[in-house]
Amino acid sequence: MTLALYVPRQSAVHRVPAGGKLLALAVLAVVLFAVPTLPVAAAGLLGVLLVGLGAARLPAASLARQARTVRWWLAGLFVFHALFSDLPTAAVTVLRLLALVLAAAVVTATTRVTEMVAVIEWLCAPLRVFGVRPARIGLVIAMALRFIPVLAERADRIREAQAARGGSARGLRGVRTTVTPLLVQLLQMAHTISEALDARGADDEPPARGRRSPVTAA
Amino acid sequence: MRFRRSDPEPEARADPTRGIELRGVSHRYGDRPVLADLDLHLTEPRIGIVGANGSGKSTFARLLNGLVVPTDGHVLVDGLDTRTSVRAVRRRVGFVFQDPDAQIVHPTVAEDAAYGLENQGVPAPERAERVTEVLARYGLDGHADHPAHLLSGGQKQLLAIAGVLVMRPARVVFDEPTTLLDLINARRIARVIDELEQQVVVVTHQLDLLEHFDRVLVIDGGRVVEDAAPRPAIAAYRALMEGR
Ligand SMILES: Nc1ncnc2c1ncn2[C@@H]1O[C@H](COP(=O)(O)OP(=O)(O)O)[C@@H](O)[C@H]1O
Ligand SMILES: [Mg+2]
Repeated sequence: MTLALYVPRQSAVHRVPAGGKLLALAVLAVVLFAVPTLPVAAAGLLGVLLVGLGAARLPAASLARQARTVRWWLAGLFVFHALFSDLPTAAVTVLRLLALVLAAAVVTATTRVTEMVAVIEWLCAPLRVFGVRPARIGLVIAMALRFIPVLAERADRIREAQAARGGSARGLRGVRTTVTPLLVQLLQMAHTISEALDARGADDEPPARGRRSPVTAA
Repeated sequence: MRFRRSDPEPEARADPTRGIELRGVSHRYGDRPVLADLDLHLTEPRIGIVGANGSGKSTFARLLNGLVVPTDGHVLVDGLDTRTSVRAVRRRVGFVFQDPDAQIVHPTVAEDAAYGLENQGVPAPERAERVTEVLARYGLDGHADHPAHLLSGGQKQLLAIAGVLVMRPARVVFDEPTTLLDLINARRIARVIDELEQQVVVVTHQLDLLEHFDRVLVIDGGRVVEDAAPRPAIAAYRALMEGR
């Protein structure tokens, strides 16, 4: 399992600052929902494809993969609207959602996680007054992106180990026999991860102003 | 150059010639004794630690950079007590774990390599330069923007090592760095360890790794039962295990 992540390319889209791309994404969303017409939705989708495949030179497969993950959801929406509204509404709904999903994929594929995280940290900066440390929020997001595939892989390995001994991972029992060992591994791993963070100076950052413990002089 | 440094005094007091000292060290988890009566002075450039599973090797290794603070006694790194100067100690002693998956915390290779430098407040341009340099040294320069998840096991361990060495610690502790690797990758890591200019302490079951070491400690039941050159120490360790 891989998450949609950065695809390195030398392109103008890659060079646009993360904040700019996130802003463009927000503007696109507002426009698509404020003007729910077929030409606007179609133009939006076309624009996203031009930027993603043309300007940013992303592989079509990476966008196709994103589209595939939402295909049943889109199909369901289309059928629902075709039955209860009308065909044009169904088309607009599906096109604009697809445009947004692909636009988000283009932004993630052209922006390093660290840049994205920097924007999020900047947005969270006002929370400092409540004692929140924006850098910590950024680290949590980066770690989530890092460890989701690791967990998926460990879960696969547990399922394989059980299948090898004739177990079945299907049904409620399967969930239980996978989830329990996965949780155990997760807790063990979390302990090592916290040690690894410490070893690399995670607490080197001085705590928020005014709460720093005094330096103990010898 | 370091900004945001939080405890500059201990760093200034450090005396790099002193090495690592354990004075009357014992450690218990709860009321379970794990290490007892350790008095050691570790100054040799290459020190190996061997012992059976559960004998206390990892706890010993963790004492050396303050990940574990002993319940009794003192551990001093270049004269700095791990109990009172833990941040300064950790900047001086890098730590590489057995499972690289648990120590790579950022999604892509270059981002992870930069993590420790961010914590130290190294400015971005210098950070980029040092990351590029360390990735090149470990053959990861072609993978800078790749998801760490897609690296091979050996490459992941190299990245874990790069993420520690980029911080330029004076000493590096390895806790079974090759246990999860195949023969080829284990050899590669062994070579990398061999070439380090830092003082190195390695916990391992891979005895051939220790052949050229200066000193090997055998730990059994939480005590150092042998402390000698590799050949006699490993012979003693084998004899001890035969007797089980
Ligand atoms: N965090 C901990 N809490 C409680 N007991 C622990 C902890 N870490 C290790 N132990 C126990 O201490 C003993 C020594 O462990 P360890 O230092 O990991 O040995 P080794 O690395 O030689 O296998 C073992 O019996 C282990 O179960
Ligand atoms: Mg161990």
